[in-house]
Amino acid sequence: MRPPSPSIPEKDFFFSALDQALRLDGRDFLEARPHSLSFGAELGHVECSLGKTRVLAQVDAKMVRPEPQRPFEGLISIHCELSPMASTEYEPGRQSDEEIALARMLDKIFRRSDTIDREALCILAGERVWHLRIAIHALADAGGLLDCASLACAAALRHFRRPDVEVVGANEVIVHPPALRAPVPLALHHTPYCITFACYRAAPEPSAAAAKGAGAGTVAGQTETAPRVLLDPAGLEHRLAQGMLHLALTPQRELAVVHKAGGLPLAPGVLMGAVQVAARRARELEAWLDVRVREDWVRKKVEVR
Amino acid sequence: MSSRIEILNEGGFRSDGRRQYELREMTFDSTAQAGADGSARVAHGLTEVLVSVFGPREARVRAQTLHDRASIHVEATIAPFSSTSDRRRRGRGDKRTLELAATIKATFEPVVQTSLYPRSQIDIFVHVLQQDGGVLQASINATTVALVNAGVPLADYVCAVTGGVHAAAPMLDLTSLEENDLPHVTVASMPRSGHLTLVSMETRLHVDRFEEILRLAGEAGPVIHKEMRAVVRQRTKDLLDGMGKGLRESNPAEAMIEDE
Repeated sequence: MRPPSPSIPEKDFFFSALDQALRLDGRDFLEARPHSLSFGAELGHVECSLGKTRVLAQVDAKMVRPEPQRPFEGLISIHCELSPMASTEYEPGRQSDEEIALARMLDKIFRRSDTIDREALCILAGERVWHLRIAIHALADAGGLLDCASLACAAALRHFRRPDVEVVGANEVIVHPPALRAPVPLALHHTPYCITFACYRAAPEPSAAAAKGAGAGTVAGQTETAPRVLLDPAGLEHRLAQGMLHLALTPQRELAVVHKAGGLPLAPGVLMGAVQVAARRARELEAWLDVRVREDWVRKKVEVR
Repeated sequence: MSSRIEILNEGGFRSDGRRQYELREMTFDSTAQAGADGSARVAHGLTEVLVSVFGPREARVRAQTLHDRASIHVEATIAPFSSTSDRRRRGRGDKRTLELAATIKATFEPVVQTSLYPRSQIDIFVHVLQQDGGVLQASINATTVALVNAGVPLADYVCAVTGGVHAAAPMLDLTSLEENDLPHVTVASMPRSGHLTLVSMETRLHVDRFEEILRLAGEAGPVIHKEMRAVVRQRTKDLLDGMGKGLRESNPAEAMIEDE
């Protein structure tokens, strides 16, 4: 049994706060929650948190025979699991709609956008390729699960290194254990970051929102009657959203996925404003992730003399 | 095979002889299915979609009834003979079909005035008969016309169009050959306000190029809207004429007065 939708007082409180340009947790409209990463002992094991949302991502690779129609390409599969542990909204057993939607989006962000060079996963054409399995476990869902899952997935792919292999003769493959040869990082073309916006109808009296310092914290091109766009919706913001906009961008200002299915109609200007904000955030996330992954690699290095 | 075909040649023509911004021929048939409350068969070039709308009618499933508005239920099927490349039979659980249905449902939920019909349901059945690129675009346009034919109140028409970029040259209404090679975006807009209800892109594209396509698609929306409105008006006129004819036959005296 699903918990009931937000109560009328909750809704009223949320929307009257929004009319005064306030969010429930005191953030600006275009401010995201704090994010953090922690790496496990294994390569490719990452736990990511975005506010109170937490996601565990685990990448592992095993050798398999490639598909006959694509003998030069490795395989990639993404598995998502939303257990009742994450939120009371999820039920055990059958795949829920949220789970299917999350898996589809991650599939589009990381697989369809060619993030991973599949041909680099080939060991012996037609005989042996790597099969990358990315497992996503939601540990806690307080809104923005997709953003957190995609960040965890990106971090895990950057953190993961596969064992070095050597092909001897015609079809003999030697796998070198990590202790003897440094494992090899994945060949990634780019790293997409998913950024979510929640949209709400404009305030009934636009002057109220404009008076309360809406200047700095609004999307460029947002006029008084334009809908309000919130970056990184959490909890109640997520459940009361009148429209959601998911953008996946690479730090090179390339859009990998744009997903706005229905919900509140947006003017093209507002949409482009959101894209610009997302592009900036993707660059920030890239810089941050780069530093964190490098730190962990330096920490893991064992020198043999 | 497709690598040898020029997407856009030096003369500015595409593989099927169109210009960059040229749309394919659109045909609308709003008499496709007599049994439905409203139906439309829409073809964009070789892509053809049939949509039937039933309702608003009493909700079949009690648990799904909403006390303050109508619920919309969308079912999509892709005919196994619809494409040349992939002829497998898609079952009910197929991910692509489910996604198509979910997208259409999400697109029309804010547009249909559901609050006028509490405790009822509107069923939309989408059948993809032929695929040659722009399946989502054709499905959305067909659903709009079918809903209008069924007399379901809408906030506005929803006009969808696909755009793509080939070597920095944007183009509209892609065929499947172009869709396979180019990054493409499907945009559904509401022509009265110019606002976008659906934007869907699954391939990589630079932000600046994306902005260009968005603008172009916004311009293409009203063109499609004009076509749709003409079809709806023609259909209404036909119905009105038909009604007048029936009246004349049943009541010759009145017809005589009218003739004078």
